Amino acid sequence: MPAETTNSIGLTRADYAGGKSTLCLGCGHDQITRHIIAATYESGVDPYNVAKTSGIGCSSKTGAYFINKGYGINAVHGRMPSIATGASMANRHLVVLAVSGDGDTSNIGLGQFMHAVRRNTNMTYVVENNGVYGLTKGQFSATSDKGAKVKSGDVNDYNEVDLCQMAIDLGCGFVARSFSGDAKQMVALIRAGIAHRGFALIDAISPCVTFNNLPDSTKGFAWLKEHNVSLHELGFVAPYEPVAIEQDPGTTKVVDMPDGSHLVIHKLAEDHDPTDRARALDILARDRGDHGRVFTGLIYYDPKSNAPLDEIQRLPDKPLAQFGAEELRPAKAEFEKLLAAYR
Amino acid sequence: MPVINDFTLAVATVNGSGSASSNTILAKTIFRMGVPVAAKNYFPSNIAGLPTWYVVRVTEKGWHCRSGKHDFTVAFNEATAEDDIRQVAPGGVLMIDDELPHAQSIGRDDITVYRIPAAHVARDFGPDPRLRKLLANMVYVGAVAELLGLDPAVVERTVHDQFAGKEKVVKLNLDVVHAGVAHAREHFDKAACPFRVEARKLTQGKILIDGNTSCAIGALMGGATVVAWYPITPSSSLCEAFIELCKTHRVDAATGEHRFVQIQAEDELASIGLVLGAGWAGARAFTATAGPGISLMSEFTGFGYYAEVPAVIVDVQRVGPSTGMPTRTQQSDIKSVYRLSHGDTEHIVLLPSGPVELYELTAQAFDLAERYQTPVFVLTDLDMGMNIWVSDPLPYPGKGIDRGKVLDKEALKGVAEFARYKDVDGDGIPYRTLPGTHHPKAPYFTRGSGHTETAGYTENDVEYKEVLDRIKRKISGSVKHTPRPVVTGEGDIGLIHFGSSSFAVDEAQQILAKDGVRTRSCRVRALPLHDEVAEFVRACKSVFVVEQNRDGQLTDIVRLKVPECATKVRSILEYGGLPMPASVVVDALRAGRREQKEAVHAR
Repeated sequence: MPAETTNSIGLTRADYAGGKSTLCLGCGHDQITRHIIAATYESGVDPYNVAKTSGIGCSSKTGAYFINKGYGINAVHGRMPSIATGASMANRHLVVLAVSGDGDTSNIGLGQFMHAVRRNTNMTYVVENNGVYGLTKGQFSATSDKGAKVKSGDVNDYNEVDLCQMAIDLGCGFVARSFSGDAKQMVALIRAGIAHRGFALIDAISPCVTFNNLPDSTKGFAWLKEHNVSLHELGFVAPYEPVAIEQDPGTTKVVDMPDGSHLVIHKLAEDHDPTDRARALDILARDRGDHGRVFTGLIYYDPKSNAPLDEIQRLPDKPLAQFGAEELRPAKAEFEKLLAAYR
Repeated sequence: MPVINDFTLAVATVNGSGSASSNTILAKTIFRMGVPVAAKNYFPSNIAGLPTWYVVRVTEKGWHCRSGKHDFTVAFNEATAEDDIRQVAPGGVLMIDDELPHAQSIGRDDITVYRIPAAHVARDFGPDPRLRKLLANMVYVGAVAELLGLDPAVVERTVHDQFAGKEKVVKLNLDVVHAGVAHAREHFDKAACPFRVEARKLTQGKILIDGNTSCAIGALMGGATVVAWYPITPSSSLCEAFIELCKTHRVDAATGEHRFVQIQAEDELASIGLVLGAGWAGARAFTATAGPGISLMSEFTGFGYYAEVPAVIVDVQRVGPSTGMPTRTQQSDIKSVYRLSHGDTEHIVLLPSGPVELYELTAQAFDLAERYQTPVFVLTDLDMGMNIWVSDPLPYPGKGIDRGKVLDKEALKGVAEFARYKDVDGDGIPYRTLPGTHHPKAPYFTRGSGHTETAGYTENDVEYKEVLDRIKRKISGSVKHTPRPVVTGEGDIGLIHFGSSSFAVDEAQQILAKDGVRTRSCRVRALPLHDEVAEFVRACKSVFVVEQNRDGQLTDIVRLKVPECATKVRSILEYGGLPMPASVVVDALRAGRREQKEAVHAR
């Protein structure tokens, strides 16, 4: 029997396993769960440092399906960003992996999502986006394309929310759109999202096989297979690995991540430069205006967009959670001086 | 013979006119002369142009509550002048801005009137009309100081402190105060003023502090590191005071690093979420809000209760329901915070009265939140929070902080198993671990959905009830650590009260004692109620719960605690938004006695 394969911190893939999924067979969310396990294993993320935060809905259940050695918290509907931000302030070394759905993020949670982006909380936020409410059986969410039809035959009459566009508007430095069925791209994006310091959005289209998977459902498997246009081929290179570029430098771009890792971006059909904000918004506008395709990949990347929240707050290296009374209370003489102002 | 150290000074101005500084100077000067004051600011929910009153009760006996009358009124607001003139107590004093039309037709011959040309006196000191308006306030400070006999050296020192660091401003203001004094000496008949302040030594060692700052110091000393808040009157100044304290006491001088986080959230839903997230990950976190924020925090509070996450929520109550009257006081959130959120919940609620308790119980709230792994409310109100109070100095904490049952990596090595929601010690309190703990036994999944003792998901009735019933035992057991009621006095009539209502009860008890009415008092300091409250009710013939809301909210909670005595528990209520004066309690009990006597005669 060959020796078990381990990652850079000596753990096996099984160390990143979670509980058994109770979602429908074939659900896109289960694919993403596997991508999260692969990404954290491959990047050698310390599972005990992982905070798995989620809201309410099918997607939010998945926090229990990966990394049992991490700490999960299933918040209330639409309010996970505040929980995640609070946890990250208490212990800035936590690797916050947030999982949410399109209803949890774009409907009930739109306010908290926008403000977490604005504050630039250091977290990787995966939206498992299927355009539909699963747990409550098939209602539209705000990311549903206008004109989209669900299994019941209902047609969505309202304009859609584009989370990627919104995130770029709010100064998010890492904005990606992906497809649950594209394992290679998803794993590279999750790894890069974790390496990014600040808020990393991965809006992952993740089909709902039960309520929104008709042949012409724009968030269904069949449609995506036909119309998903990868902007580029992504490769994530860990800090300890060499960056070997064989491709033509004109078509390949290497992005340096703050932890010493690299994201290798090999251009495909579209000549897309993710560091160009105007181009990023343009790609999204073309995607949105023409439902004949969906562009996936790293839409926008700007590591200097804003400092992450822990830096804005000027936090020390030691987590706030670990400070004792003697480090937090002024000494007696200092306290008496404080009171003197009220005499 | 003038009345010494026992009268109420009321200053009526327009908000935004800068009268806050001048009024604070008057109150603080009297305090520094060794005479206790109860100073209350009645202000509008507005930035400029609406009426505001600052009322200083000068009270040698050290009463803290509203006197309910105005003995010496300074009338500077045309819009309210007619009422202000009418409300001067007979035999009192009116000092009126002589530019007001009312100054020429006072229509009262039972009071002493001083007409003061404040703008005229101030005109020599500033060409700018806005500055002149500010300085006009300092003119009445000088005139009032002269008539009441305030110590000029103390006035001077207080003006210095008020504008500390701004020497030009200090000089200008002092010049105007002196001009006010000179005007009074020259034009006013000082002997006609029946009120005087005489120096005493009654405030020696005391401080003059507002309740919100007291809570903020409590949070600082309680080890709070995270504050998340949304601006709302009357709680904003509490969070702002905490942030200012942290800038002084929690910034590493060498590195500039902060041992605190402050986040002004997008709303109260996010504030409480941030607090719970930080509490879950092991930091001491709090928010402060008022009624509307409490309503928004409802869902997350239930999450904190059921998922057992520590949090501290300070509710500085104001008048409800809905927006209500944002700058007026009430005690009308007690019922909603006690049972906040859907489903079966019950929260630990602390009920401090006065600056020392606001400080101590806010600090203690963090211990209780971690000890009981649950949201803990500190219930204060606008009257205590935003007014300044004569108080004993805040004591330096005598002990460290209690983090409760937290298993760290070392502790986990010594236990056979870790089950997050299991009652290991028989007190209903489980053990918890903090995210980031490097031990295979430590990780668990926190959720607001049905869960088992081992934090697994469940929809099983037995497993669900096991956890929910344990939480009830846990919260009931909190009386072991929460502050017990303060029971004093003797007599058949019992008075139950809390927070700012206690000041009215204290004074009322003494007034009633002079009538021969003996009362005993039970000052409640925490929910769930201690058994002493039930014993108190049983021992009294009749019980009145004194509180500031329409429906007798604490009355209901007391009745449920002692259902067999429910009919002998009645309410004495004040809920119009002004702090409760002693007369409300006195009048209610006198009326009650009259009814009783009449009933006896009728028999």
